[in-house]
Amino acid sequence: MNKTVDNWEPKIVAFLCNWCSYAGADLAGVSRLQYPPNLRVIRVPCSGRINPLYIVKALQQGVDGVLVSGCHPGDCHYISGNLVARRKFALLKNFLAYLGIEPERVQFSWVSASEGSRFAALIEKVVDEVKELGPAKKLVKKGL
Amino acid sequence: MNNIEIKLKDLVKDLFAGEKIDVLIGYENGSLPLRSRPCFVHSAGEVDRLVWNSYCTNNLAVYLPRIFQRQEHKKEETPPPRVGIIAKGCDARSVVGLLKENQVIKENIIVIGMPCSGMIDPAKVEAALDGAGPYSCQGEVDGSLEVTTSSGEKKRLKREEVTAEACLECSHPLAEGADLQIEGEPKEACDERYEKIREFEAKSTEERWQSFVKEISKCIRCYACRQACPNCYCKICFVDQTKPRWIGASDELSNVMIYHIGRIFHQAGRCVECDACVHACPMDIDLRLFTQKLVKDVKELFDYVPGLSVEELPPLWTFKQDDSQSFITEP
Ligand code: SF4
Ligand code: SF4
Ligand code: FES
Repeated sequence: MNKTVDNWEPKIVAFLCNWCSYAGADLAGVSRLQYPPNLRVIRVPCSGRINPLYIVKALQQGVDGVLVSGCHPGDCHYISGNLVARRKFALLKNFLAYLGIEPERVQFSWVSASEGSRFAALIEKVVDEVKELGPAKKLVKKGL
Repeated sequence: MNNIEIKLKDLVKDLFAGEKIDVLIGYENGSLPLRSRPCFVHSAGEVDRLVWNSYCTNNLAVYLPRIFQRQEHKKEETPPPRVGIIAKGCDARSVVGLLKENQVIKENIIVIGMPCSGMIDPAKVEAALDGAGPYSCQGEVDGSLEVTTSSGEKKRLKREEVTAEACLECSHPLAEGADLQIEGEPKEACDERYEKIREFEAKSTEERWQSFVKEISKCIRCYACRQACPNCYCKICFVDQTKPRWIGASDELSNVMIYHIGRIFHQAGRCVECDACVHACPMDIDLRLFTQKLVKDVKELFDYVPGLSVEELPPLWTFKQDDSQSFITEP
């Protein structure tokens, strides 16, 4: 993993719900919207499918940021997956920040299938914030 | 023998005589000063082993899931026992949590609520004696604990100064909702809580990270904290799973940290702040600083306090349409 300062670009893992945010990302692409190429997308069936350990584990594997995005509240294809997940995410976000991990490293958002431009703007913002922080060092496994 | 202990023994003898229970989980004298240890009593004849004093720190609810677990095909041959359990406020709240999670059979349990006046923390006593070596304890006299050090010196330590942190901050000293109550004077409930958590929150991100690193670096991954916690009853803990293997088995710091983040996060909405994990830790790690953060957040975000009602849904099994989402990133 190249972490020298001059040519460093953050790696960001994005867990995207298949029905909304993943399609939103697709739309951004189809509409030829430009956004930074720092994402590694993992498609999940619903934001409710995300085990908080996925997020922690991604940080351990050396990603510089994690983005989780699902359908807007009320739009989840499984009715309430994102609403149950929202509670877990709120606690996790607070807890990781409490332990001293920069809050910008782990972000949550809602993006629908029709919000290609919202998706592009979101990525822009997340990448900028993570760039500002520099390469992740906390919680990263030694020897990576 | 104190008054409460006499009442307790009579009551337990009656329970055995009336064939109400097959086993009672309680405390007996430990082999070190200031320690009582959990014990299992199987008949009226054994009841005299029981003690009740200020050293009954363990959370006894930890034994319940294992007592009631049965392999599917053995359910008929070995019916679950009827269990009596001695419960401080925190143990009783753990029982409620376990009932909610279907780890305890309601018809098979009798909770005996004790008037808890707060337990003594041996670590605090040792600190107060300042390395004066092994000591013996003569018990409590007018609000002080009397101990004799190895050099024969007698010392009196103020009760509040050696009371366990969890007990000083305890919000529910009385086992409300217990099936039977032993009458007595419990300590007062404390409602001035989370001061340390707020102080920690106010520190800078870097300072907090350094404290987390410092605490977790001490950990030897003995898993005593997990074993002591009544909520940790998973047959295979995530740290032991191999498919997927969440974390390596080494003592590499990130692995240890993820163990703790995982374990503590799994307590969200379930932890009753009994500090069984803290007392079990051989390395004196301040786990309370981390477990209590989630308790505080669960209360503030979802207005939920664990272990008070069997009917109320646990906060992470449910949601509200208008739950806070101020943490969501808006582009
Ligand atoms: S995490 Fe610790 S304080 Fe909380 S219930 Fe478990 S043993 Fe008790
Ligand atoms: S009891 Fe203490 S040393 Fe053992 S695993 Fe838990 S925190 Fe680590
Ligand atoms: S289906 Fe998209 S969040 Fe549930």
